[in-house]
Amino acid sequence: MSKFAFPPSMTSRPVYGRLEPRAGSAHLMIADAEGAEAILDVATPDMMAKAHIIYIPKGTDFGDRLRALSPAQYYEGPSYAAAEQRIAKAFDDAKMGLQVYLSGTEGVIGQAQHAAMQAGVPHTAIQTEHRGSTARRMQCVHCKGITEDVETDPFQCSHCGLHLFVRDHYSRRLAAFQGVNIDAEDPGNVPEAKGIYE
Amino acid sequence: MSGAQKIPVTVMAVVPLNELVTRFEFKRTDGGLLPTFSGGAHTVVEMRDGDTPRMNPYSLMSDPMDQRSYAISVRRDDAGRGGSLFMHKNVHVGDEMVISNPVNLFSLDLRAKKQLFIAGGIGITPFLAQIKQMERLGGRWELHYTCRSKALGSYVDELTTQHPNEAHVYYDDQEQRIDLTALLDGQPIGTHVYVCGPKGMIDWVRKTAAAEGWPRESIHYEEFLAPQSGKPFEVKLAVSNKVIQVGEQESLLEAIERSGVDAPYLCRGGACGQCETRVIDYTGNFIHRDHWLDDAEHVSGEKIMPCVSRFEGKTLVLDR
Repeated sequence: MSKFAFPPSMTSRPVYGRLEPRAGSAHLMIADAEGAEAILDVATPDMMAKAHIIYIPKGTDFGDRLRALSPAQYYEGPSYAAAEQRIAKAFDDAKMGLQVYLSGTEGVIGQAQHAAMQAGVPHTAIQTEHRGSTARRMQCVHCKGITEDVETDPFQCSHCGLHLFVRDHYSRRLAAFQGVNIDAEDPGNVPEAKGIYE
Repeated sequence: MSGAQKIPVTVMAVVPLNELVTRFEFKRTDGGLLPTFSGGAHTVVEMRDGDTPRMNPYSLMSDPMDQRSYAISVRRDDAGRGGSLFMHKNVHVGDEMVISNPVNLFSLDLRAKKQLFIAGGIGITPFLAQIKQMERLGGRWELHYTCRSKALGSYVDELTTQHPNEAHVYYDDQEQRIDLTALLDGQPIGTHVYVCGPKGMIDWVRKTAAAEGWPRESIHYEEFLAPQSGKPFEVKLAVSNKVIQVGEQESLLEAIERSGVDAPYLCRGGACGQCETRVIDYTGNFIHRDHWLDDAEHVSGEKIMPCVSRFEGKTLVLDR
């Protein structure tokens, strides 16, 4: 099951839609893991003739099916960090009329959205679709360190070791949710970690 | 009082530019400094035309950081309701007038990597201030400006002398046209397009850019609508408990103001949304002319923008 219905939350929390084909001079599609399914659902031969797909499989095996769509450019890499230079170059060279499609986990969608915004694409013009894991990219509000793919609440900051409460408070600038120390007033009193949506 | 704060000013200069356009320059009557503004802002100029008060918005075209004076350029509209004719015929150096603090409904998106300006005729005025702002900020911009003829090309010489690489001028009478699709194609990502001019030009740019895949948020336009005359009608103002008559030549907003009711407004041209008024009851038809309310709101019969829209029918009761 790659689709997840996020419960309603505060306005800061990103909401995701369904990718739809849009008229444009070029199509940049960035996805990870089950995000490939959203591309497979939206792809048309016309779109693929002008498409650049940047894909991070994260242990899934959608690569061959994406390649079979025959996009104008296809890249597959091990992590967002590994793809970052390519993504930066794709936005540097982009012209108006480019359509941006992001799908997969919140961490990759958020980071790619940040790159698109830096390039001058209005954030409201970027299409996003969540697929797959509900793991989050979290920023520790205390040490500012980022922990990727956080699946439990609370969790331990991978930088400073504080136990952090997973908030829905999101920063587009950081492309991360905020994690706040959960035992600040009563050190050591840390609730048992559960899945974020358990 | 509604509207932006008022500034008493004195006319410093009246400079005819060509057959149709005259520039007016104002300084504060009390000798103080005017507020700075941002490119694209307009001021509402109040005119006392005999018994008729007139309040017309004009784009500020002077340097937004120059606090000593403001300048506007007014195109004479012989078929209009008379505001521009009043400016041309009755306003002289030394006259005292009242203008509003600047209000900007056409501001630059400073997140843009490049600003692409498209002007038609007198639509050049907001861009003159925006160009000065971009020059100060060191930002990237490009202007494409269409005029009817060389003789009617307001500020063409100034623009092409100071900005030979950025300013591009097209003359209608020489069959010169903007090749819009080619112009939009290949603009760097992060470009925003701004258009000010006749309605046809605005629609053309908006439609073409949207068809080329430009995001709605990267397309900006400014079109001031002048109120149009129409059949007189009667309105009941429920809150003020008054029944007023809207004359053939005045707008609903002007009639409300004439009756002594202080109604909110800013642009007086159907764009800003300030004067939005709830309709309590009606029998008849609305003549909606604003571009603030959406189509569904226009058919709903629940709201009206009294600065530009009118009514034809038996009863109209407003929550004012």
